[in-house]
Amino acid sequence: MTLRVHLWESYYELLKTLRQPAFVLPSLAFPVVFYTLFAVLLPGNWGSYQKATYLLATYGVFGVIGPALFGFGVGLALERQQGWLRLKRVSPMPVSAYFTAKIVMSLVFAVVIYGLLSLVGLVFGGVEIGLGPWLALGAVLLLGVLPFCALGLLIGSLVSGQAAVAIVNLVYLPMAVLSGLWIPLFIFPGFLQDLAVVWPAWHLAEMALGVVGQVEGVPMARHALVLLLMTALFLVLAALSWRR
Amino acid sequence: MATDVLAAWRGAVKRYGAITALDGLDLEIHAGELVALLGVNGAGKTTALGLITGELAPDAGRVELFGGDPALPARRARLGVMLQEAELPETLKVGELVHLQTRYFDAPMAIDRTLALAGLESLGDRRYEQLSGGQKRRVQFALALAGDPALMLIDEPTTGLDVGARRQFWQVIRDLKARGVSIVLTTHYLEEADALADRIVVIGRGRVIAEGTPREIKSRASGRRISARSVLPLDRVRGFAHVAQASAIDGRIHLTSARVEDVLREWLAADDELADLTVEALSLEDAFVELTREPAP
Repeated sequence: MTLRVHLWESYYELLKTLRQPAFVLPSLAFPVVFYTLFAVLLPGNWGSYQKATYLLATYGVFGVIGPALFGFGVGLALERQQGWLRLKRVSPMPVSAYFTAKIVMSLVFAVVIYGLLSLVGLVFGGVEIGLGPWLALGAVLLLGVLPFCALGLLIGSLVSGQAAVAIVNLVYLPMAVLSGLWIPLFIFPGFLQDLAVVWPAWHLAEMALGVVGQVEGVPMARHALVLLLMTALFLVLAALSWRR
Repeated sequence: MATDVLAAWRGAVKRYGAITALDGLDLEIHAGELVALLGVNGAGKTTALGLITGELAPDAGRVELFGGDPALPARRARLGVMLQEAELPETLKVGELVHLQTRYFDAPMAIDRTLALAGLESLGDRRYEQLSGGQKRRVQFALALAGDPALMLIDEPTTGLDVGARRQFWQVIRDLKARGVSIVLTTHYLEEADALADRIVVIGRGRVIAEGTPREIKSRASGRRISARSVLPLDRVRGFAHVAQASAIDGRIHLTSARVEDVLREWLAADDELADLTVEALSLEDAFVELTREPAP
């Protein structure tokens, strides 16, 4: 019974979202277009790095965190404001079904985005990657969605729907740039490279680059732990805001 | 019998900071009843509903839904709720919204039947964003019905509906009641409470200040309403003995009094030109104003 509710809730969350071109198109197009531009169309020799593989990892991170931040952040803020969430809270629906549905939606988008990026990279970008590392990167990206669901949850819990759009953009785009998701971090000034430790996206990008061998000796456990702690912090802060 | 009580507030207190929204509310809702909660804005009606849906927790006292704590989702399996303001996802279709709602219940109502009762038969394939305001309200009502509830809570169902739509809605409510569903509705419209309710509960300053059948509530504010065209200033008339309230509207003076004969004697003696005199029973609205009047300082 409870599992079925979670599945139905997820199904309708997906259906609802897929019917919103204003959400679907940017979510899919931005990472794929940017990746095609930087990894395939613009020439460049990055020495020891394999450009298309390197960018597959970073644009993979950029792509999967978008729907998580927007779906949770803006979706929750709007539905909270409109009373849809209240209507669910006064029904017998377990609250977990609501959040599960949003996580499932984020994961489905992550799978599609990773699939599209891989297609472009393998067919046009000359990405050379074994099945093992490709699957490992997929796993990192899917698990990596969760901290950003938590961050979106926090934003969506705090602000109204309109404000959430602005705030998510304000967090998402600068964080993406400063974490080296668009352009590699190694060409940035030193202090910006040092600052990157504060961005959850940087930690995830390091793990993604590590599993595809583009950065050597990545301390995977440490990055995973940092992401876990950040997730916990976002969830605690969100829970506190609900207690008001 | 105790099982007859579907919902109960027992000395329920709810505060928001310095404001006490509910100040020891005592009320029981019985099976098969249609209760109207009446009160001015801020009287505590919506807070009272919020406690019984489990959305809010009382600061003191107890709240029971089907004999247990409404905060447990399973306790709400036979409850249907229509909120005052709730917009639904715009891109889902009416039938899909109802279907999703039925998934939360073990023994939901058939979707076709829910749509029919809510007057949405022909709109099942329409997206929510394509509906008119009245149709959207009906979808929200359909969601409250979807679980085949034994008790429905309806917060200001007809606010913003036109007269025709309001009458239509009343008929649906009466049909549901005839099928044995208990209904609690809050309303600003005294006419609505008068037309539908078995029992009216007037809430003021977070407590029950009066309860009874519409007829009893009307008689509670004893007396009659007198109105006439008079040459006397309003203040003079207000000063007569036994006048409860007086007002001047469109050149007529209206007043209420429990001792009509005494007032009339004094007024007729003071004003030779008194004209257009009418004396009538207090309406529910008069009774309501009387009951919810702030006590004089």
